Amino acid sequence: MEFLWDFFVAPFIDMIEFPIFLAEVAVSGLLTGVMYSLVALGFVLIFKASQVFNFAQGAMVLFAALTLVGLMEHGVPVWGALPVTAIVMVALAFAIERGMLRPLINQPPITLFMATIGLSFLLEGAGEWVWGSNVKALDLGIPNSPVDVGGMLLNEFDLIAALVAAVLVAALALIFQHTPMGRALRAVADDPQAALSLGISLRTIWIIVWSVAGVVAIVAGIMWGAKSGVQFSLSLIALKALPVLILGGLTSVPGAIVGGLIIGLGEKVAEVYWGPVIGGAIENWFAYMLAMLVLMFRPQGLFGEKIIERV
Amino acid sequence: MTVLSYFNDLYSTFFATRSRTINTVFVTVISLLALFAVPTLANEYWLQAILIPFLIFALAALGLNLLTGFAGQLSLGTGGFMAVGAYSAFKMTTAWPELDIIAIFFISGFFAAGVGILFGLPSLRIKGFYLAVATLAAQFFLIWLFNRVPWFYNDNPSGTITAPPRTFAGVMVTGPEAAAEVRYLVALVLLAVFVFFSWNLMRSRFGRAWMAVRDMDVAAEIVGIPLLRTKLLAFGVSSYLCGVAGALFVFLYLGSAETIAFDVNVSFLVLFMIIVGGLGSITGSIIGAAFITILPIFLTNLNPILGIDLAVDLAKHIEVIIFGGLIIVILILEPHGMARLIQISRERLRI
Repeated sequence: MEFLWDFFVAPFIDMIEFPIFLAEVAVSGLLTGVMYSLVALGFVLIFKASQVFNFAQGAMVLFAALTLVGLMEHGVPVWGALPVTAIVMVALAFAIERGMLRPLINQPPITLFMATIGLSFLLEGAGEWVWGSNVKALDLGIPNSPVDVGGMLLNEFDLIAALVAAVLVAALALIFQHTPMGRALRAVADDPQAALSLGISLRTIWIIVWSVAGVVAIVAGIMWGAKSGVQFSLSLIALKALPVLILGGLTSVPGAIVGGLIIGLGEKVAEVYWGPVIGGAIENWFAYMLAMLVLMFRPQGLFGEKIIERV
Repeated sequence: MTVLSYFNDLYSTFFATRSRTINTVFVTVISLLALFAVPTLANEYWLQAILIPFLIFALAALGLNLLTGFAGQLSLGTGGFMAVGAYSAFKMTTAWPELDIIAIFFISGFFAAGVGILFGLPSLRIKGFYLAVATLAAQFFLIWLFNRVPWFYNDNPSGTITAPPRTFAGVMVTGPEAAAEVRYLVALVLLAVFVFFSWNLMRSRFGRAWMAVRDMDVAAEIVGIPLLRTKLLAFGVSSYLCGVAGALFVFLYLGSAETIAFDVNVSFLVLFMIIVGGLGSITGSIIGAAFITILPIFLTNLNPILGIDLAVDLAKHIEVIIFGGLIIVILILEPHGMARLIQISRERLRI
């Protein structure tokens, strides 16, 4: 009985009694969700354009962050290290297209998925080989202190991260909607064969999306690295982004954002209000359960393309 | 017509009789070697570090291949299902020490099968990569559960489960005193039993229904295959094998384990095995397991053999790079796995 009370009634009483605290929890959850969206975004870009479920996105985040921090440790200033890291990520995109995607063209999706798992091993190993495997601090000069926003205590760093993510998404949306390249990308995402017959080069498109995903990985790497240090565990945030991805839909950029917000919010609220009742540390699986529940009603995610099956 | 003219014999003479004889001879020779020659020739290191984990992973890979390769349901929850088998075997053998350990291995699979069916329920609506990610829910939830609830590890303060000494027909099978040869033979016989079972299952009504669902589930439903029952059966049988493999993993190989032994990396490793070996191939599961188990050991021993002296962490990184690179190379060279290579060479040689 007591457990049922603790589980079904007490959390809601807490929520009503301390609305400011609830708002604080909710907003900080949403802000964490933005960080998940940053990683999920890279997945979506690649999946849309090439139907490749890129498990190596987490490793790319780690690789980008390691490269940036490694360069800075060798005395390169931030404004110099950033473009160099971007060049490295674009070069990586070229290498991946040439060495992995092109030979595996027309293979079933699961084969490409496995290849990207192999790629994630490769990138993790290479990044740590070149830059060392010790934990590195990434100091951007952003204070990690609480600020008072409308009576709520929020983390300043989280706010800035959300702002950066918003700018990034806006920039991506502009590129996608208003440039010839963006139109080509959308054409390929819509129908690769029709796009091909119109003279759009699939290979170029692949290099572009993998480069863009690489740049997104830099941003995610900077934000996550500044938050929790640049280390091996950074590549594990891919596992945090997966439920975000399926919740929002594999092919939808807005889905990645909304999915991230939902997961961040749900995870935080569940951890604060229900975590103590059932033993804590539930953030590892809660997001997956939440995503699975939503998928039961919308199997293609909230914003994914509806799967139409014909015989 | 080039394809047809290649087979210039009748089906009955070309495939059915000739290749079956070769198959039987081959399987018999391998079985006899594995049963009698290997335990006497192999030393403790080979048995403990290579052959026992290979056999156990082969069983897990077989389980996953039934689900992913034959029934077409991509799953990343293998580690979780293995954990269910391991923990239920541990609970049973500590609760009823007089119960035969081999019987416990067989029963522990049923618990895993139950859990597998439960997590297979969404497969009716969720498909493809969505399903794969959804099965990760099973992986993370089960590991969390076994960590959090002390009942599962008998309130052991260290949080580990340890294989107690148990005998089968008077011979010590598990526990620290069990001989490596005995543990090897138990794993071998169990694997053989399940391989035989799977071979026949795949030629039965159920196996054909799985393959129909894999190839096109809507079409399968239209010709009268009950989708829910077929998919759940696939999840059940697959998780059963994975559960038994998990129990063997702790009882015959590790001796004692924490939940970290079944984390998500195990799921990926087993998935690697069936992709490298060949999706939808029982032989492929075994070849893939052999390859993926032996590759890291080979890479670790490569430097001393070549006489290159590298720092430990550097060697570790290079090992990871080579492992990842090899996976990609293998996928490029033969996307259908090593079983396909064998099939091609058999067709070339006509045996």
